[in-house]
Amino acid sequence: MNINMTLIGQTIAFAIFVWFCIKYVWPPISTALHERQKKIADGLDAASRASRDLELAQEQAAQTLRESKEQASQILEQAHKRSSQMIEEAREQARAEGERLVASARAEIDQEINRAKEELRAQVATLAITGAERVLEASVDEKAHRKLLDKLAAEL
Amino acid sequence: MAAGSEVTATYYIQHHLQNLTFGRHPENGWSFAHSSTEAQEMGFWAIHVDTMGWSIAMGLLFIWLFRKAGKMATTGVPGGLQNAVEMVIEFIEGLVRSAFHGKNPIIAPLALTLFVWILLMNTLKIIPVDYFPELFARLGVEYMKIVPTTDPNATLGMALGVFILIIYYSLKVKGASGFAKELSLTPFNHWLLIPFNLLLEVIGLLVKPFSLAMRLFGNMFAGEVIFILIALLPFWAIWVLDVPWAIFHILVVTLQAFIFTVLTIVYLSAAHEHH
Repeated sequence: MNINMTLIGQTIAFAIFVWFCIKYVWPPISTALHERQKKIADGLDAASRASRDLELAQEQAAQTLRESKEQASQILEQAHKRSSQMIEEAREQARAEGERLVASARAEIDQEINRAKEELRAQVATLAITGAERVLEASVDEKAHRKLLDKLAAEL
Repeated sequence: MAAGSEVTATYYIQHHLQNLTFGRHPENGWSFAHSSTEAQEMGFWAIHVDTMGWSIAMGLLFIWLFRKAGKMATTGVPGGLQNAVEMVIEFIEGLVRSAFHGKNPIIAPLALTLFVWILLMNTLKIIPVDYFPELFARLGVEYMKIVPTTDPNATLGMALGVFILIIYYSLKVKGASGFAKELSLTPFNHWLLIPFNLLLEVIGLLVKPFSLAMRLFGNMFAGEVIFILIALLPFWAIWVLDVPWAIFHILVVTLQAFIFTVLTIVYLSAAHEHH
């Protein structure tokens, strides 16, 4: 039991061994540990990212749905407006057409009346002459009384 | 080393291979052995205090480390210690999953304990052979062999534990009759060959713990002897052989722990299997 140089020799050897471990044994182990850590971190990251993505997608879907609903209601409203407008227009047109028809009918009637009047006038002159001839029992000089009779007819 | 170097060398080797023994000496009663002969004279009623102390210390170190990692464990990215512990646990889990075919929640923790504990005990060998004996000599302790796995008592003790588990699970899973049938009717299923089968199977069974213990002890003890022999070289030459041998022992230390663990798993798996 005596301390001697052996102890120093062993210490030298131990120091070299420790150096060797630090240099060549520890790095691969450390790398493996770090890789594992990184893998776990990446996995957790991916998971949280995925859940965030899902949330985002859900939100987007809801947004799209809301928008499309809004659009649909807008379109519907527009259609309603358009249809009522069309009805209004049609009504307006119909009324205008009716009025036009009425007016034209009236004009025709007027024309008819005028024509009848004209005819009547013409016939009245003849009738008057005939009547007068009967009354006078004599032939009236047509030429001599023509002016007078025309004047009479015009006054009708 | 000059004159009487041979005596010194023999003494040196013997001293380093002697456990600190406490036991009942025929003459001195219960006491520490002061020499190898005294330790031998104590016979069975003796205990290797250094083996016990260091193995328990390594066991406690294992429990403390893993408990600390377990307490600090997060579900997020693991820190240094947790990461390392998780890696070891994953490794053992993979081992058990591939080698153990029954269903038993005890096997994985058992394998983990064996692996880490043996690894820690073996690793003590990397510490230069003179450090602790010299330190304890200063403190008045004559012997100090710090590597528990170089003591057959430690390795046989562990193997005995495994053996008890083998017997226990064989009886539990197969039942007494099933176990008896397995011992007497394999490998030759004929009543005439029962004695032969029995002999074969019992030897096979008993060899399991013995081979476990002897393999670990043999490797560790041989390595230790070489370390001690290297320490006898002139001090300036020690590192030439000591460093390669120590580097080689990084492999031996883990390999032996691994083999002990794997064989334990395989033996217990066999104990769980019906034939």
